[in-house]
Amino acid sequence: MSATINGTTQEARVAVNCKELTKTFGTGNAAVKALRGVNLEVRSGELLMLVGPSGCGKTTLISVIAGVLRRDEGDCKIFDQDYNRMSEDDTTEFRGVNIGFVFQAFNLIPSLTTAENVGTPLIINGMKPRAAVSKAREILVQVGFDERMMSSLPTDLSGGQQQRVAIARALVHQPRLIVCDEPTSALDGETGHKIMELLHTLGRGEGRALVVVTHDSRIYEFADRIAAMEDGRITQVVDSASQLKPMQKKTD
Amino acid sequence: MNFIALKMLFGDRAKYLGIVIGLTFASLLITQQSAIFAGMMTRTFSFLSDVALPDIWVVDPQVKYIDDIRPMQDTEVLRVRGVEGVQWAVPLYKGSLAMRRTDGTYQSCVVIGLDDETLMGGPPTMVIGKLSDLRRSGGVIVDATGAAGKLAHIQPDGTRVSLKVGDEMEINDNHSVVVGICKVTQTFQANPVIYTTYSSATSFAPSQRLLLSFVTVKAKPGQDLNALCRRIEKATGLRAYTRDEFKMVTFLYYLQYTGMPINFLTAVALGFLVGVAISGQTFYNFTLDNLRYFGTLKAMGAKNGMLLRMILLQALVVGGVGYGLGVGAASAWGMLISGRTQLAFRLPWHLLVVSAVAVLVICLSSAALSIHKVMKLEPAVVFRS
Ligand SMILES: Nc1ncnc2c1ncn2[C@@H]1O[C@H](COP(=O)(O)OP(=O)(O)OP(=O)(O)O)[C@@H](O)[C@H]1O
Ligand SMILES: [Mg+2]
Repeated sequence: MSATINGTTQEARVAVNCKELTKTFGTGNAAVKALRGVNLEVRSGELLMLVGPSGCGKTTLISVIAGVLRRDEGDCKIFDQDYNRMSEDDTTEFRGVNIGFVFQAFNLIPSLTTAENVGTPLIINGMKPRAAVSKAREILVQVGFDERMMSSLPTDLSGGQQQRVAIARALVHQPRLIVCDEPTSALDGETGHKIMELLHTLGRGEGRALVVVTHDSRIYEFADRIAAMEDGRITQVVDSASQLKPMQKKTD
Repeated sequence: MNFIALKMLFGDRAKYLGIVIGLTFASLLITQQSAIFAGMMTRTFSFLSDVALPDIWVVDPQVKYIDDIRPMQDTEVLRVRGVEGVQWAVPLYKGSLAMRRTDGTYQSCVVIGLDDETLMGGPPTMVIGKLSDLRRSGGVIVDATGAAGKLAHIQPDGTRVSLKVGDEMEINDNHSVVVGICKVTQTFQANPVIYTTYSSATSFAPSQRLLLSFVTVKAKPGQDLNALCRRIEKATGLRAYTRDEFKMVTFLYYLQYTGMPINFLTAVALGFLVGVAISGQTFYNFTLDNLRYFGTLKAMGAKNGMLLRMILLQALVVGGVGYGLGVGAASAWGMLISGRTQLAFRLPWHLLVVSAVAVLVICLSSAALSIHKVMKLEPAVVFRS
């Protein structure tokens, strides 16, 4: 893949490139046009925040970008690869290698320990559980976990701790794109801030891009760029929150 | 992924136990019921199993199964002996006669009269005494279960005293004396079995005009048994069965003309339904509970094939554990119960295979539902809360 060659080619600097992307749910009267022609570029190395009112299509957009949802029309290249040219299984495998996920509801598997949860992407990619767990432990140290917390179950952890586990899980296999859907909205302000700090320091790196969907204006400071979305379209892309023009609809 | 699948399964202890208990119950019920059925069915031809030496049994053409006794002329023995390929042929009497207990009540017994000369067809195991003691006048050998049970003397205080060697008894008002105790395979009717000689049997049952129940035949070495049967039938106009044929005919008769298969099938179906209802449903619920995590795994790169193998593994593990416990419990029950009672219980490996298949069907069908659900799952659900 050209994208892996030391970051000098054009493709390497562009992690995600969407053009006139559309997605409609349902048909006929019930049809909901979630994406109405999205144009968006996410650069390698940046943390891009996707903001906008409820129902404007943010989750739909990152679902298409992450390869868990098929687009209807338009173009969408992820590191110069097109999901529409891949089989179902190849798409899944591509996600396993290249995408990291962080969810609002954490989605940690309750019967796996913290370290086993973090090791899961490696196991999916074929690593033996023992090796995966020891790799997971290394990264859990980076998010501030001690031995005891590594062998505890998710239910024994606070929300902030669970989200730190989820971030470790999204990073452990060194994916090139990390998508986060409202990673802080289940957490209180201070915890959310710490989580963003963690994502910002550990997640950003050479050749890796982060797309963070959020409602929370208190974390805008962690964005390299902010893309505002309204009614299924990207309406503005700015470098800092202060440049954001007021939206037609209010962000709640 | 096996690691994750098993952790998921054992992690939900309540559901895991529920599924395993359901499957244990199902395999216990299926195994136990079919073992009882098999036991009952082998008892229908237990007499044929005990009299192991003859190759061929010759009976009246009307006879439909072993207990369907239609006496023949004594001279038929001689006619059978004349058929080419017959090494020896001896008469055998089998009938039901009333034995009078000391308290005046009667007990119906299976009386077997053996050829006086050869004593061919005797009990498989002697416990006390020798078979040749039958030659003493009025001598009978009684089966141990009958001696300790239905034939035992009941004392005035209610205790039972087993019939023992030297005891006298009356069969059809004929005086006889116990000269031995033997062991026989339990019969279907579970009546006591009494061995005597053919000539004694004649005197026990004087009112019967004809006494010859069977002519048992040993073929000369190297004979084709089926061909020999046909020759005997041609020469005598009787019906000749090989031992296995006669067993099968008897077995099929009971299968067809008693309600047992229905009972048995009902019980097995019930076990199966219990398995499906409890375990199948719980397993499906278990998958539904974990749907969110299957979706997460899918999003994180787990292909459908991996998830399919995970669910299959989970199903096979609960199936294996449930089957093991169920079959173990059934065998333990069988050992316990058949040691103490006269209940028929036979657990040949075929039945283990049958219940294994039944459990497998339950597991795989519930797994199929779960797999269908997970295969169809859109990974995009992971972002919906
Ligand atoms: N699977 C679906 N089926 C039908 N309609 C859907 C589906 N997913 C999303 N929609 C609709 O598409 C539109 C965009 O939804 P989406 O979840 O992308 O918005 P969002 O910007 O993430 O909103 P929120 O901030 O509330 O999470 C909404 O009107 C939603 O109801
Ligand atoms: Mg959303």
